[in-house]
Formats: sequence, C-alpha cells, structure tokens
Amino acid sequence: MSRFPLLRRTDRVLVLGMTGTQGTFWSERMIETGTNIVAGVNPKRAGMQHLGKPIFASAKEAVRTLAVDVAVMFVPPGLAGAAALDVIDADIPGLVMLTEHIPTHDMIAVFARARAAGTRIVGPNTAGLVTPGEAFVGIMPGHNANVFQPGRVGVISRSGSLGTLICLNLTRAGFGQSSFIGIGGDPMIGTTTLDALRALDGDEGTDAVVMVGEIGGGMEEEAAGYAATMKKPAVSFIAGGAAPPGRRMGHAGAIVAGNVGSYRGKRAALEKAGVIVADTPHAIVQALAGKLSAGKGRDTGD
Amino acid sequence: MNLLEYHAKALVLAPAGIPLLEGAFCRTVDEVEAAAKRLGPCVIKAQVPVGKRGKAGGIRLAQTPDEARAAAKAILGMVIDGHRTDAVLIEKLAPIAREFYASVLHAPRERASLVLFAAEGGMDIEEIAAGKPDSIRRHLVETPDHFTHAEAMAMLDGLGLGPNQGAIASVLVSLYRRYRETDAELIEINPLAQLKSGEIVALDCKFSLDDAVAYRQPEIAAAGCPDKMTRLEAEAAALGLKFIELDGNVGILANGAGLTMTTMDVVAHLGGKPANFLEIGGDAYTKAEPALKMLLSKPEVRSLVINFCGAFARTDVMTRGVIEAWRSLAPKIPVFFSVHGTGEDEAVALVREEFNVVPFDLMEDAVQAAIEAAR
Repeated sequence: MSRFPLLRRTDRVLVLGMTGTQGTFWSERMIETGTNIVAGVNPKRAGMQHLGKPIFASAKEAVRTLAVDVAVMFVPPGLAGAAALDVIDADIPGLVMLTEHIPTHDMIAVFARARAAGTRIVGPNTAGLVTPGEAFVGIMPGHNANVFQPGRVGVISRSGSLGTLICLNLTRAGFGQSSFIGIGGDPMIGTTTLDALRALDGDEGTDAVVMVGEIGGGMEEEAAGYAATMKKPAVSFIAGGAAPPGRRMGHAGAIVAGNVGSYRGKRAALEKAGVIVADTPHAIVQALAGKLSAGKGRDTGD
Repeated sequence: MNLLEYHAKALVLAPAGIPLLEGAFCRTVDEVEAAAKRLGPCVIKAQVPVGKRGKAGGIRLAQTPDEARAAAKAILGMVIDGHRTDAVLIEKLAPIAREFYASVLHAPRERASLVLFAAEGGMDIEEIAAGKPDSIRRHLVETPDHFTHAEAMAMLDGLGLGPNQGAIASVLVSLYRRYRETDAELIEINPLAQLKSGEIVALDCKFSLDDAVAYRQPEIAAAGCPDKMTRLEAEAAALGLKFIELDGNVGILANGAGLTMTTMDVVAHLGGKPANFLEIGGDAYTKAEPALKMLLSKPEVRSLVINFCGAFARTDVMTRGVIEAWRSLAPKIPVFFSVHGTGEDEAVALVREEFNVVPFDLMEDAVQAAIEAAR
C-alpha cells in the first residue's frame, strides 16, 4: 500500500517529461538517491530508453505493462492539465505536480476528475516529496546529505527554497527528517497543510512536525484546529510577516486580501492550538529542541 | 489582472447576452456631451480598476448634456486609490426597483467553483454577509461545466424574487459559463438590478483574469489593467523577475518566494528595514546579474543581503551572476552572504575568491550584519 503523500523506497515512480533537460537532471538525482523510477513518458520518444528506463507515449500506455504508485510531472504549464488527466485515467494513485503557473481552470478540471477517480495530488507548484535515506521525487536536493538526513521530524512546506533551508538547519542540529512534504505555493492545491499534517501524525516514523507556511489563504488556520488535538509536538514558521498587504509575494497563493491570509491571523490560530511559531528559521530548531526534550522528560517520568 | 467596468461589460457580459444599460466609453468631455444628448439623463462613472469609486466622487448623475459635461470634467484626471482616471463610462439613467449581488469565483478549499448570489446588492459581499447573512445563497460547482438553470433556480428558492427568479437564474448560468470561457478568477455583478420596468440588468461588473492564462485570452489580456507598479518593478516584470520596492535601506536578493519573504521578515524582526522583495527563483535563477543591477540602482540601499538556498536553483550559477553585476557596477555598499544547497561548494569558493569573505552560516547572522552596516 502506498503511503502517499509520504514516499517510500519501494514506491514505483513514473516520470512525465523525463527526457527534457530538467527531467533528465532531476531523474538522475532521484535514481542515484534510490528512487525506484520504473519508466518515463514522452509522446515523441515512445519506445526509446532513457537513463536505462523505458519511455512510453502516455501514462495509460505505461500502466499496461508496469505497476506505478507515484507519477511526477516535468511538464510545461499549458500541457500540464492534460498530462494530469492522463495520469488520473491511468489509475495511478499518487500524482506530484511540480509545474508553476498552470491555469487554475485546468486545475479545477483535474481536481474534479481526481475526486471521481480517487487520485491523490500533491501540488501544483511544489518542489516535491523527500524521504531522506530512501527516495525523493521533484526538484528538492534530496540527494544532498548536508540538507537531508534520515530521522524523526516531519516537515511540511509551501516553499521549496525555504523548506530546503529549514531541513538543512534541522540536519545540522542533529534532527533528521522522516519526510519532507512540499505542498506547493499555489492557492488551489491537492494536498493541504492539514492533509500533510494528518499524514505525519499517523506516521509511526514521525515524532514531531515542522509546518512551514506563508501568508495568504486559510490553510494554516485550518491545520491549527487539528494540531490542537495532536499528541506529537508541532512547531511552525510563517513567511511574509513583513510583506505589504495586497501584493502577491512571488507565489500565486502568497497574498493578503482584506483580512484573509494575514500573518497575524495565522500566528494567533497556531499559537492558540499550542503550536510554537518561530520568529526566524533558526528559531525553529531551538523551539523543536525544547519541545522534544520536554516530551522525552514526560515519557521517562512515566 | 483586472478589467475596467466598461471592458468587463463589453468583453465578458455582453457576448453572453447578459442585459446592460445603453452607454458609451468616453475619453473626453466632448464625447461625454455628445453621448448625453443621445442618452438623456445619465450616470457618469470613472473607469479605474478599483472599488469605492462612488465614495471618491468618481460616479455622478447628470440630467442634461451640460451637466454631463461638467461631471466628466470633474471626473477625468481624478486620481482614485492611486489610479488616474483617463476615461469614463456614461450610461442611461434607469429607475431601480431592487438591487442584488451575483458572482462566480474560485473555491480553493473545495478545489472547485462557487456561484454566489445575494438578494441584497450595492455593498461589498463582506458587508452583506455581516449584515444580512440570510440573503446569501452559495452553490458549489464541483463538476466543471455542469451548472444548470434548474440548479440556479433551486439555489434562488425562498428569496422572494417573484417572477424575476427565472431571469436571474439565466444570468447566473450565463455568468458561470463566461467564468469558464474567459479563464476568470472572479466575475462579480454588483449590483445586479431589477429596474422599475421589471428588466434585470448588470449595473456594474468586476472581472479578474488568471495571470497565468494571458496567452490564451489575448483579447481580455490586451484590455487588462496591469498591476500598479513602479518603474523598476515594471522593468523586472519584463525580465520575468518578481520585484517589489519597499521603503527601507537593507537590499535583499534571494531565491524562491518563501526564502525571499523570510529574508524580509528576518530583516524586520531584527530591527532593520527591508528595501525590497526580489526573487530569482525557478527559471529566473540565471538572472542574478540583471536583478542585482536593478536593486543597486536604488540609492536608498545602504547594504545588501544575498541569501541563497539552492534546490532547483543552483547557487553557483546565481553567485556567478552576482559577481558579474559587482564587476560591472563596482558598488560601494557592503554585501553579506549566506549560501546553502545545490552548488554550495562552488558558490562558497566563488564568494571567497571574489569578495574575500566566507558566507555566514546562518542567514540570521548575515541579516544582522547587513542591518548594522546600513545604520
């Protein structure tokens, strides 16, 4: 059984757009890290081999002869919607959409089809998923041992660059990671902060969760309600506290519109739920150290 | 990207047959006077892509062509919420019996689309929600392109719309269809009016286009009002860079939206003032040189933090771009680096060689040093 959006070494991965420059570069990194890539897709290169893997015309063609657990897409925005529908129709259970700037109306159609088929989507506009020491899919430095080390802290991030920095800080402080779940910077995404938090809460390999959010939308507030019920400690950082209102801060989803999506509102909701909100990325590590040693003390006291 | 009321009506509502008042788009007082002679008593509305135009004095009534001319003279050139009024919409005055609210928009949480209607209109939906929550109806469209007249009728039941319910339901169905056809983020008719003659007409229209789809909505994109931007912000946008000018003195160059926002936040948290948001994430990571040149052209910038954490973006490529910009501009301000992730070893070696410094291990320390240098 796939544990998607948690990624396992045994997950069989299909790479759409594998033969392009970025598809090739990142597929090489994924393979050297241990990711079980079984095939690629490119309609113009069907029948060829690339990086030692067979290339198919479509996801539907690939699943005729191969079992696939997770599809990851290196596909430009105008073609990404159709590629995602192909993956859904192939009954592949997990789909990671890296592409930024996919038209939202295309995604509305993708999400409707995914709901009917039971497909789980991460992204779009995500940097991907990493299970250190096992596998990664996407454009994260999952192959870089300075950034990612196996461990017991689960990390959720809307941002790839900030998520990378925070995992690096954790690794240096001796906190390895059970899973990194990049959920994506778009306002409409398949796996929300809450969905990712539930997955990590239910994961036996995870002792604590770091939630890296940002201004815009209501996902952190929604996750806070669940965090309040969790036994595992949670620490958060919210980017965009110094951002001017009404401006879109790089990510399509990172905008404060009226009273919705403000830093203050997110911080208040998380703190009310007992989540420590760190002021800087490095303060996450300090907060986590405090929480985990407090937790240990309680356990040994029993 | 938003449309002016006139363009939203002409390009989005009119093709669907949603009824509008007779009117004209005018850029001069002469055009307004001529139109008023044809229309009779009329309303003259500033065409700027913001709400609350009435409160700002941008909407006036006129009984005669002379009054219309005077009203247009007052409105043209008016600055409303930072936007200069270069045109007005003149429409025939029609007595109103009742006002409603109608819109279709994205529902991110439900990953679907939302049709909204209120039996009250003329104020913000937030105000209606606060004051008359029972007048609001919501219908979630989960299967794209499946919103029927029967569903619209059911949605409107119980609001006491009388014989107009069918006509309003038709407007909602047309509005949803246009939302899909035009790649809209939002189409809002507020107010949708029932005239004393019984007719249902759209008195105002707000339209937002998904910024990612300009290539497949060329007519709407061409009419769209670009975001309010400074000269440097516009130059950056033309290069595919996201640049937002702020009023501080600590310059920031980072990769990725999340890390760039965080660098700003840490500057503010440690008592400094960020001069900007400037991100070279995604494919733009090769553009460090032009990005930095833009930032260094701001005389307010007294020190610079360069904070790279490479995932997709390669820190060695970004650092080379920084060095190119530094060599050609030879700026006199101090620069403080923190560099990690993909390409880190090469990037750190480049920084040592060119600037004779070792990047800070923690971004917090690089920011602290930059704040002190800017004082």
